[in-house]
Amino acid sequence: MTELLVGTKKGLFVLEGELGSGFEIKVRSFAGQPVDFATRDPRSGRLLVTVTSPFYGPKIFYTDGDPAAEWEQADGVALPEGGDAALERIWVIAHGESEDTVYAGGDPGVLFESHDGGATWEINAGLWEQPSRPHWQPGGGGLCLHSICTWPGDPDRLAVAVSAAGMWLTEDGGLTWRRGNEGLNPAYLPEEAHKDENAGRCVHHVERAPRQPERMFMQFHGGVYRSDDAGESWIDIGGAGLPSDFGFPLMIDPADPDSAYLIPLVADMDRVTPDGRVRVYETRDAGAKWTARGDGLPAEHAYLTILRQAFSRTGEGSRLELYFGATSGDLFGSGDAGSTWSTVATRLPPVFSVVSV
Amino acid sequence: MAVVCVRGPLRKLAGGRAEHEVEGETVLRLLRALELAHPDLGGWILDERRRIRRHINVFVNGERGDEATAVRSGDRVEVLPAITGG
Repeated sequence: MTELLVGTKKGLFVLEGELGSGFEIKVRSFAGQPVDFATRDPRSGRLLVTVTSPFYGPKIFYTDGDPAAEWEQADGVALPEGGDAALERIWVIAHGESEDTVYAGGDPGVLFESHDGGATWEINAGLWEQPSRPHWQPGGGGLCLHSICTWPGDPDRLAVAVSAAGMWLTEDGGLTWRRGNEGLNPAYLPEEAHKDENAGRCVHHVERAPRQPERMFMQFHGGVYRSDDAGESWIDIGGAGLPSDFGFPLMIDPADPDSAYLIPLVADMDRVTPDGRVRVYETRDAGAKWTARGDGLPAEHAYLTILRQAFSRTGEGSRLELYFGATSGDLFGSGDAGSTWSTVATRLPPVFSVVSV
Repeated sequence: MAVVCVRGPLRKLAGGRAEHEVEGETVLRLLRALELAHPDLGGWILDERRRIRRHINVFVNGERGDEATAVRSGDRVEVLPAITGG
């Protein structure tokens, strides 16, 4: 049985089922509210959700029980009081390597950490107080911290990505941070601006290969990259077989450090699936070549937009399951590592995020 | 004292009561005092900059106000979500 936590523009949907026999919507919570992200901590079973009410601002809620019942609001999810910035949105929640540690990334380029499983949070001061912060440039979705890559077995090593302030790396548990942008090509900037490390590095999504943590994959704003040195530098792998090097979603197979999956969109000025076809692209050789995986996905007149957090996986290797949702409200899944796909749900509200458990 | 009226989820966070007698010379001071009396309201009406959230409207005796609007004893201050959505 697989559980799908689907954050949508109009609430959280919890689906349960199996590919082949179908999924059923079990719960809808936060009805009418934008749910940006939801996840279940595998260690405690706790559900955590980020909600950005257009009226009351971004909040994190959690529950240890029935998601259809009452949720608790987490404490401390705010920027320093009395400053000149307000928290706009929480984009992602990631489980840390230390017991009960959870991270949350948000706009404006802020990392929160919790050491009690998500009930109380505090801002990561090292990143918040970066001297270069006044020069950080937001992307279209704001100054969002959207990717949090932990290092298996080492709670001190962390990589985060901010659009468009680039990659940030720490090896001391977040006390100090340094950039990791070498090799990225911001082709959307004038050549002269490339030397300016504060000029926007619009990272869209980053994943780390857990069996080989130095290996990372990145979907950039016009470019696909691989790092073999833990995010210090990046190699362009956006070539052979991809219809476009623009997109947001990215996933990996934890069993295979050479694997990655992308769902490209046409371009930054036309953010829909290319050629009216929905296809996932897979590499098994670290990006040397990409292969379209579309068996079972809409093959014509399908101009979908898949957002950065709307691609998820569970399992690995031959048991890897992949799921993604679109702003059309369609949800798709594969139970054979992307070889074949089926429709999991239709007519949901616009899908912001998908997490499979 | 002025009377601050809240509704919807704000009412629940404010101890389940819709009307609250609060001391303060401006809308901002009133709302800060309300937050102090009901900490669960923190961050729901005012953001970290101590500004009224963009899609919340405040009316003082039926007139649209902002953080700096003066408030007198006996005034009625309504806190309402804006007519917005999508």
